Amino acid sequence: MAEGTTWTTYDANKMTSKEIYGKVLAELGETNDKIVGVTADLAKSTNIGNFGDRFPERLFNVGIAEQNLFGVAAGLAKTGLIPFASTFAIFACMRGGEQIRTDIAYQNLPVKVIATHGGLSFGPAGTTHHCIEDYAIMRAIPNMTVVIPADGFETAKAVRACINVDGPFYMRVGRGFEPPMHDNEDFDFEIGKAMMLKDGSDITVITCGIPTLQAREAARDLEAEGISVRVLNMHTLKPIDKEAIMKAVVETRRILTVEEHNIVGGLGDAVAAVIAESGKGCAFTKLGIPDEYGVIGYPEDLYARYKLDSTGIAETVKELLGKEIEADEDWDDED
Amino acid sequence: MPRNVTVDELKAKAKELRLNIIKTANYAGSGHVGGSLSAADFIAALYFKYLNVDKDNPDMFERDRFILSKGHCALAYVPALAMAGFVPMESLEHFNHYESAYGMHPDSRKIRGCDASTGSLGHGLPMGVGMALGLRYQGNTTSKVVVLMGDGEQNEGSVWEAAMAGAHYKLQNLIAIVDRNKLMIDGPTEQVMGIDPIDKKYEAFGWHVIVCNGNDMQDVDRALSEAWAHEGKPVAIISNTEKGYGVKRFQGKVPWHYGSMNSDLYKEAIADIESL
Repeated sequence: MAEGTTWTTYDANKMTSKEIYGKVLAELGETNDKIVGVTADLAKSTNIGNFGDRFPERLFNVGIAEQNLFGVAAGLAKTGLIPFASTFAIFACMRGGEQIRTDIAYQNLPVKVIATHGGLSFGPAGTTHHCIEDYAIMRAIPNMTVVIPADGFETAKAVRACINVDGPFYMRVGRGFEPPMHDNEDFDFEIGKAMMLKDGSDITVITCGIPTLQAREAARDLEAEGISVRVLNMHTLKPIDKEAIMKAVVETRRILTVEEHNIVGGLGDAVAAVIAESGKGCAFTKLGIPDEYGVIGYPEDLYARYKLDSTGIAETVKELLGKEIEADEDWDDED
Repeated sequence: MPRNVTVDELKAKAKELRLNIIKTANYAGSGHVGGSLSAADFIAALYFKYLNVDKDNPDMFERDRFILSKGHCALAYVPALAMAGFVPMESLEHFNHYESAYGMHPDSRKIRGCDASTGSLGHGLPMGVGMALGLRYQGNTTSKVVVLMGDGEQNEGSVWEAAMAGAHYKLQNLIAIVDRNKLMIDGPTEQVMGIDPIDKKYEAFGWHVIVCNGNDMQDVDRALSEAWAHEGKPVAIISNTEKGYGVKRFQGKVPWHYGSMNSDLYKEAIADIESL
């Protein structure tokens, strides 16, 4: 952010994450003329249109053509620009997935893919518009940085921070309408560094995106029952904060991952790999969509169905606390 | 602006490029000789007359851009870059070898003077549209973006997404060349998946279309000259060629999309090209 600039153009209590994205991008455009936008007939739905309203000559709409969307973004970046490319998550990671991988990431171009309507957030639209595969796809692409902000305030911070990422960047937000987790922007946000939302000693919940607020609520509820839950907001899926994960493993020995994604290939698997490679064991459960397509329904009902709400997370925490773990006498010496 | 180079000089360059294609395929052990030989005249004309590029300053903003969308023909592209001084001639000896910067499909991060990594078909024209838009937005009104595609590549839907966008944005700085050599891996294009009338398709999409004989340097020169001067629309050049042009055994033969030569065939190929 430029010196002296203030971010008073949005109010996270009234605006959705994607609305905040559009507003912040438009603000950034004022001071950085390298920023351009590209979309595929979703300028309004993804809110990149806010940027286009401010800078009509800098937003390129390619029509309903996602392969072209990301190819064009790569070409724009090749001329020295910083393109923000926005569409729904499902169309970004699959319809234009090869262009993201081959044109953008292979050439290590600074294209910022801001994907909206991720996870189950477009609930009633059904499986064609749900996206529970993007974490797996995007984190498997070399050079890619993957960030999933928890709310509008984090979205604002991530949009500003991604300008300084030297290479491709993927960010997933929801459709909007989810309540903000932060009260304002007065918190530290660093790409690649997990945020401890609440300390705890019995178990750690590692999460990202929309379920993060729910995890923090669950932790607060459980505190009243005498259960001490640490909550790590792993907003950066790649590069993942190994240090924060291992600290949690050593200090709490029980890890629950919570994600609005298939349990295959996402946050849970990324965390599991860090733990497995460390040689340390711990009680571990992945909470997410259990390798099936989501049903139709409002997002809040779907989150409840898949235990991604505070009630479901609290239940799963209790189950995991009941799991036996093998004693390890040397454990304390190894941290 | 195109340089003052005669058709005879360009013919000599194309011949030298064809010889280098065969030599490079020989160093590599095998290669996409068919499509590399068919496109050699256009590549020679671009690098030795039309493209404003500087071997001493390959990243200069004012340069013309070239995207080899038919990326499998790096076998023609890398030798052209070597002849133009962007990479050492010795590079050709390492083509396809372990950890070489020069492989079957070009890598823009490893090859000096290469504007885009390609190989997956249908990716070049969208990137070209992005470059053309990006240059125009930044006030560059002189640079051209040239995209060389295959004819089989026209089957890819992304080509037509980009064709639509190129016309929509009136990208007069964008030139697409279709190397119409009429063959693809599984056989003749019109048997595998017909693309004719390809000229009418680009016209219908809103492009200015030029049809030429892409293995006749005089006609190649005419087509590029017209394309460079055209204003108001993107230009598509349909370059009618013969796959494998220059080597009799390869010409018009489906199996020579990709192949390897024994020493006798290598000598024969060199002799054929020498006698062009």
